[in-house]
Amino acid sequence: MDHTSTLEKIIRAALITLVLVFFLFPIFWILLMSFQTNETILRIPPSLNFTPIIDNYTALITGELRTAAGSLQLNFMQNMWNSVLLSTASVALSLLLGVPAAYAFARFKFRLGEDIAFTLLSFRFAPALLVLLPLSLYFKSLGLTNTYVGLIWVYQLICLPLILWIVRGYFEDISPDIEHAYRISGNSWWRTFLKVSLPLARPGIAAAGLLAFIFAWNNFVFALILASADKQPVTVGALAFVTASGIQYGQIAAAIIISITPTLALALYAQRYLVEGLSMGAVKG
Amino acid sequence: MNAAAQTRAPVKQSRFMRRALPYLLSLPALLMCIGILIPFFTAVYYSLLRYRMNLPQMKGFIWFDNYINFFTDPKFWNTVYISLTYAALTVGLELLIGLGIALLLQRPSRFNNIASILLLLPLMTAPALAALMWKLMTHPDFGILSYLLTLIGITNFKWASDPATALFTVLLVDIWVYTPFIMILLLAGLRSLPKAPFEAAALDGVPRSFVFFRITLPMLMPYIITATLFRLLDSIQQFDIIYAMTQGGPGDKLLVFQVQAYLDFFQATNVGRSAALMIILWAITYALSNVFIKQWLKLRERAHGAG
Repeated sequence: MDHTSTLEKIIRAALITLVLVFFLFPIFWILLMSFQTNETILRIPPSLNFTPIIDNYTALITGELRTAAGSLQLNFMQNMWNSVLLSTASVALSLLLGVPAAYAFARFKFRLGEDIAFTLLSFRFAPALLVLLPLSLYFKSLGLTNTYVGLIWVYQLICLPLILWIVRGYFEDISPDIEHAYRISGNSWWRTFLKVSLPLARPGIAAAGLLAFIFAWNNFVFALILASADKQPVTVGALAFVTASGIQYGQIAAAIIISITPTLALALYAQRYLVEGLSMGAVKG
Repeated sequence: MNAAAQTRAPVKQSRFMRRALPYLLSLPALLMCIGILIPFFTAVYYSLLRYRMNLPQMKGFIWFDNYINFFTDPKFWNTVYISLTYAALTVGLELLIGLGIALLLQRPSRFNNIASILLLLPLMTAPALAALMWKLMTHPDFGILSYLLTLIGITNFKWASDPATALFTVLLVDIWVYTPFIMILLLAGLRSLPKAPFEAAALDGVPRSFVFFRITLPMLMPYIITATLFRLLDSIQQFDIIYAMTQGGPGDKLLVFQVQAYLDFFQATNVGRSAALMIILWAITYALSNVFIKQWLKLRERAHGAG
């Protein structure tokens, strides 16, 4: 490709710059807003010339919001904690349930095996509200509405199919001969699974777990329907926050930045796993 | 798959254990999901009821009346129209832009790799929060995008609050969030294509448009189809972006399936209609996902065979 002309190089560089600006500018701009007072945000024309303040963040962390109507208690940090708890616990439970099942689907041909696997995958594609609306009535009678247990259970809908299908692909790639060699030397099935199969599938488990965490964190509709303010994650909390705080734009921006930082940081930190997970093993080769 | 793994078990193990093992391993995951299957059947049942929460005494079995009523219900056809338009436009545009970006970043250089990683960030942003970000940027008073439009002479552009531009605004957010997904898949596809046909074409001095349409595109097709179906399945069910941006408004401009079902359930408290709407959406996604899974397994097999 050495024969590419200078003109083409310039056009390519310009196009890539344009793409990067479109996709990165919103994050950059909201980040800037989060360090400004309402006065500097509302200036026309907008300007990059301002003294950065961290008041928006301290207000969120202390939960003391000053609005035009006076002081307001809004516990955004509770939403943050809910997000951490819900995502972490859901992924942990999903790994515990999903990894052995993925192994079973990859290693054994058994009656109903493929049917069960398909049923579990099809959950990934079913409309969320189809299940959520009847579930909200069941949850009411079971007393699960607005509980962590109920939410973590429903979050399995997001995490479990993902883990099952990504990890299954990795188990299928491991040659059964390696497991055999280990078992012939007198090790039990369980020991083989723990000492050979699991470590070999670790990249897949990491990719699936990472992706499941991000999807769980970013989920909106489950908690919107099944939880009230004190159990809602940041995605729902931020929307309620906009309604409650009215025109405190700097604080809204800060709340958004706090909410998206964990997933963005994870994505940058583990981008290799992420790309593998996103293509769901489909384009490995 | 691995019949060998079953037939000669090296360590003695009871026959029962050997046969039960796969079930024991997959049962917990299955049980967890059965609780979710029950609401599905409940939804089917509800869709056959006249069931309004504000009129409990009217509750009764009406067979398919909820569905039959849809045929003459302009609100229903509006929902179908908006949902299909939304899905077709988002997926079509994201495919074009995603393919364009993937082609730009095709050559694995340090800069291209960094760029493709940075482009993942919108995809990692929660769609509901992305909608809020764009809401701040399109605010009529201080939104940076509204300001930029005034610079080129467009004043009074109302973005999501104007019926004429609401769809455009949510499309923009959807494109911002999901184009990187298509880009990542197609980039992986492009980089895994065999080199030989391209080298031969370059040697013969074949024009580049010919190479693109006759070599690159056909070879990339399985990846394009997979990405398209995957996005289509998600896009026809879009809820987060639209709900966070306008809650389906202004008017009935953005009442896609799931937003309409949500409003039917919680505002109109018409459980029967809401359930019937979701069953119809489910039927659409079920048909799509069957095509998708078949296509995806084919691609997977190919990748495994080649690798």
